[in-house]
Amino acid sequence: MEHITLLLAIVVVTALVFDFTNGFHDTANAMATTISTGALKPKTAVAMSAVLNLIGAFLSVEVAKTISGGIINEEGIRTEVIFAALVGAILWNLLTWLLGLPSSSSHALFGGLIGAAVMSAGWAAVNGSTIVTKVLIPAVAAPLVAGLAAMFAAKLTYRINANPEAKATAKGYRAGQIASAGLVSLAHGTNDAQKTMGIITLALVTQGVVAPGSNPPLWVVVSAGVAIALGTYLGGWRIIRTMGKGLTDLQPQQGFAAQTSAATVILASSHLGFSLSTTQSCSGAVMGAGLGRKGGVVRWSTATRMFVAWGLTLPAAGLVGAGAEFLTKQGPWGIAAVAVLLVAGSAVIWSLSRRKPVDHHNVTADDLDAADAEPAGVVTTAIAAVTPPPAGSVAAVTDEDLKATILTPAPTDPTAPPAPAAKV
Amino acid sequence: MKIDWAALGSVFGVSLVATVVLVGLFTLGIVGLTKQEEAAARGGSAALARTGAYACFGLCLAAVAYGIYLIVV
Repeated sequence: MEHITLLLAIVVVTALVFDFTNGFHDTANAMATTISTGALKPKTAVAMSAVLNLIGAFLSVEVAKTISGGIINEEGIRTEVIFAALVGAILWNLLTWLLGLPSSSSHALFGGLIGAAVMSAGWAAVNGSTIVTKVLIPAVAAPLVAGLAAMFAAKLTYRINANPEAKATAKGYRAGQIASAGLVSLAHGTNDAQKTMGIITLALVTQGVVAPGSNPPLWVVVSAGVAIALGTYLGGWRIIRTMGKGLTDLQPQQGFAAQTSAATVILASSHLGFSLSTTQSCSGAVMGAGLGRKGGVVRWSTATRMFVAWGLTLPAAGLVGAGAEFLTKQGPWGIAAVAVLLVAGSAVIWSLSRRKPVDHHNVTADDLDAADAEPAGVVTTAIAAVTPPPAGSVAAVTDEDLKATILTPAPTDPTAPPAPAAKV
Repeated sequence: MKIDWAALGSVFGVSLVATVVLVGLFTLGIVGLTKQEEAAARGGSAALARTGAYACFGLCLAAVAYGIYLIVV
């Protein structure tokens, strides 16, 4: 019994860590455009997003009944499998954050689950056609839908508004952006914190702590909400920079069009029964808004890197999840080894990120009022310095990094982790 | 494999229309306020422009409220 309770504790902590990485990975969705257009100061923006995420976590009691939405067969799923899946998802989230690439946290979780489930029970555990309908098609549709909507909206707003210099204009778009960013944050808190609550509740059910079908205990709701809010407040500045500055240069009109499109797509998709990824909708909306202004450009090299990351999310998180599940299958020492590797891997990624830190001071190279003074070249160069340039090599680098992270004994001392894990 | 094209299509349609309408309304509201600002600078007033602007913003606010309703329920 002792060992089972410990395992449960590890899974709960890991789920909260995933929730935390989910928070700082997805801050960009709500706040990247708001920050880059100067509608809100960086710290204010993440604080507002964090509060709304926290509120969102408490808004709905409808906990995700399935954590994978039918992609894997969850009946009789073992707690170790959940743990291994979470490890895959967390490491992929951290790696894409290091590279400053927005990628879907849910897809990372799905990938981890698929890998771990296949390793645990064979390919029969995975429902192939559901992967197509729930992951692949949305991945293509989300940026298209949000992008087209944002592009037309941006074109329209430029056409109608004859006098963009007026004071009322600047104030208006600022307010509009803040409102739609707030909606995205709220929706994110509701959806994604629910997901973590669902995972923890499922783990509690598999261990017989709570009865199947019961609502999550209050401490689960509170801790999941707090974890996602803390993650959001920490701010994934690297991803914010890519989204707000790297993909295209946004004016307030475009930022407003992009954010409104993202909010609409997220709400419409989750209520019309065809769920689209928040991250992919937001990235698509930003690109669409970029194209919607005369003379606006999308930096396709950055966009391509992002697309490559989307394509790799499922397989990469799956590989890590499978590797982790392979270890946890070996018994208690395997679980301990995975836990150590997770902490060590996070520590390595964290220390790599300290080489070229991106924070609220330099998230927009042209912060505050200097918006038009800064030549675009500087921004582009700065981004190029942070992310490895050629799209082709991202795949290679990614895989090597992943392998290095997982397979080699970590050079960092795992007992003193400066990793995000330690902050939860 | 059953792909719910109808749901995808309606998401596409609703998102496109709602976004364009909302952004359009909001922009009209801003244009109205700008007109009023200009009129005020000239010493006059533009009551119609201002009323129209507030109506547009009101509709946008209603949309936001509906969005929150969708999130909560």
